[in-house]
Amino acid sequence: MNKTIIGVAGGVVVIAAGIAIYANSNSHTDKATTVATTKKLSGKVLSLGSTALQPLAEQVGTSFQEKNPGVTITVQGGGSGAGLSQVANGSVQIGNSDVFAEEKDGVDASKLKDHQVAVVGIAPVVNSDVQVSNISKTQLRDIFTGKITNWQEVGGKDEKIVIINRATGSGTRSVFEKNVLDGQNAVQSTEQDSNGTVQKIVSTTPGAISYLAFAYLDASGIKALNVDKVTPDKKNVEDNSWPIWAYEHMYTKGNESEATKAFLKYFATKEVQKTIVPKLGYIGLTDMKVTRDATGKVENK
Amino acid sequence: MDNITQKLMQKSESTKKDSLGRAVSLAALSLIVIVVISIFAFVMSRGLSTFFHDGVHVKDFLFGSTWNPSVVNPQTKQPYIGALPMIFGSFLVTFLAAIVATPFAIGTSLFMTEIAQKRGTKIMQPIIELLVGIPSVVYGFIGLTVVVPFIRSVFGGSGFGILSGTIVLFVMVLPTITSMTVDTLKSVPRHYRESALAIGATRWQMIYKVVLRAATPGILTAIVFGMARAFGEALAVQMVIGNAALMPHNLTSPASTLTSILTMGIGNTVMGSLQNDVLWTLAMILLLMSLVFNLVVRAIGRRGEMK
Repeated sequence: MNKTIIGVAGGVVVIAAGIAIYANSNSHTDKATTVATTKKLSGKVLSLGSTALQPLAEQVGTSFQEKNPGVTITVQGGGSGAGLSQVANGSVQIGNSDVFAEEKDGVDASKLKDHQVAVVGIAPVVNSDVQVSNISKTQLRDIFTGKITNWQEVGGKDEKIVIINRATGSGTRSVFEKNVLDGQNAVQSTEQDSNGTVQKIVSTTPGAISYLAFAYLDASGIKALNVDKVTPDKKNVEDNSWPIWAYEHMYTKGNESEATKAFLKYFATKEVQKTIVPKLGYIGLTDMKVTRDATGKVENK
Repeated sequence: MDNITQKLMQKSESTKKDSLGRAVSLAALSLIVIVVISIFAFVMSRGLSTFFHDGVHVKDFLFGSTWNPSVVNPQTKQPYIGALPMIFGSFLVTFLAAIVATPFAIGTSLFMTEIAQKRGTKIMQPIIELLVGIPSVVYGFIGLTVVVPFIRSVFGGSGFGILSGTIVLFVMVLPTITSMTVDTLKSVPRHYRESALAIGATRWQMIYKVVLRAATPGILTAIVFGMARAFGEALAVQMVIGNAALMPHNLTSPASTLTSILTMGIGNTVMGSLQNDVLWTLAMILLLMSLVFNLVVRAIGRRGEMK
């Protein structure tokens, strides 16, 4: 009986101390990073679309709301296609997309304004039983177009290649195909609808190959492949020596509300780009040494 | 006298309540009818625009076997929109799941109603109700972590395919078919059983020749309801079937169903584009099929009664 009382009391003390420390550190960071907002912002911003951008947008949204308590930012998934079409017909303020609006059928890109908020790198991954660790871009293309069907042909053991693709029209898939397949069509194969399921299935299926955003590479049972001896990491994306990357876009339709403008501006600040963005596995725009346009042309910054 | 005339001429309190109740239930009914009609109209208008607006031939859609709506066939100048692999996949998993589930369902319900009534209702009833209540994502997840690796180790390949889909759907439709069969068996009049036993039939003869025969239309209805559920199931099937828009060569090669392609694609397409319209056409097929299942149930109910 006595023990439980002590236990409960101890628990209460710990929780109280935790709250105190949390509150303290909160006020501390607030003081350190107060944004010079003279007028008080208010309003609602609904941002919908790409599931690849969703976790980042949610994080940045939360941190923006802490600084601007009058603004409510809601982030929803639904896919890049949904994001683009909903922002084009005005039902949401921000449409999130993994691809340029120019690349998507059925969207009038000239009516939308592009705000690039982060860069995401994509790497080919295999089940860890595959003994290949480097592959050429041509070999990678031949695997996904169905010309190479056994790991033996690229220096591995005699094992059938199981291709796991993303759903047609998925942003990650179009980025991968644009940079690897050179306009050829991928062979019909198993398709999955999210990075999470691809990660799980590749890690459990012997001989499997797929591709994942960098944030998902760190998992047991999977292995990222080097392409043409280049390692898929942040540094190689920044100078474009790793070519499989894409911008994450937030599209607006013009006539943005003050809150929307402020949110997008906040997203582009160094504070966000250097802290939240890399923490969630994306690459900050400020770190990029090159730029790329909708046609795929790369220029040095 | 005047008072009485007045009373007779005016509506009484109860009559007013009566008409109020009538109005409320009519309003509820018409709301539902409006919702159903508008869903139908919406799906139809979207789904048919594939054929009218985008100029796709119905034949190419229903019987073509290459599905890749974002790629245009250089010869015909038409995108690849053959939906046959999905239609075939949907029907195949549905029928296989129903075929496998039916004997188990009938056996279980016979046990519950004829053989061990007390234990059956006490133990089996809650178990079956529990199975109905499990969300489909849980079935899918179990399928992905248990069934798929099992199939892979037994049959080789990736483990994704019609067979895994059938196994997951079998577990999902079993409770539906069982509980409806139990209700039908319970509604077989007691004097049928008594007469059979009285003329010297054994219990098995009584079950086989009388009870099951009398319950046939009800059991068929139960099976069709189970099939309707299997046909419309999206999430669990999507997780285990592999989602490859290919005609299945065998039961363990990756395949796809109407629902799995629909849920995977809908967020990646833009409203009003061909890629989006063809998905609505798939939805239209699903809707029409559930209508067909409904009509079948009604037809069975009307014709199947024992004479």
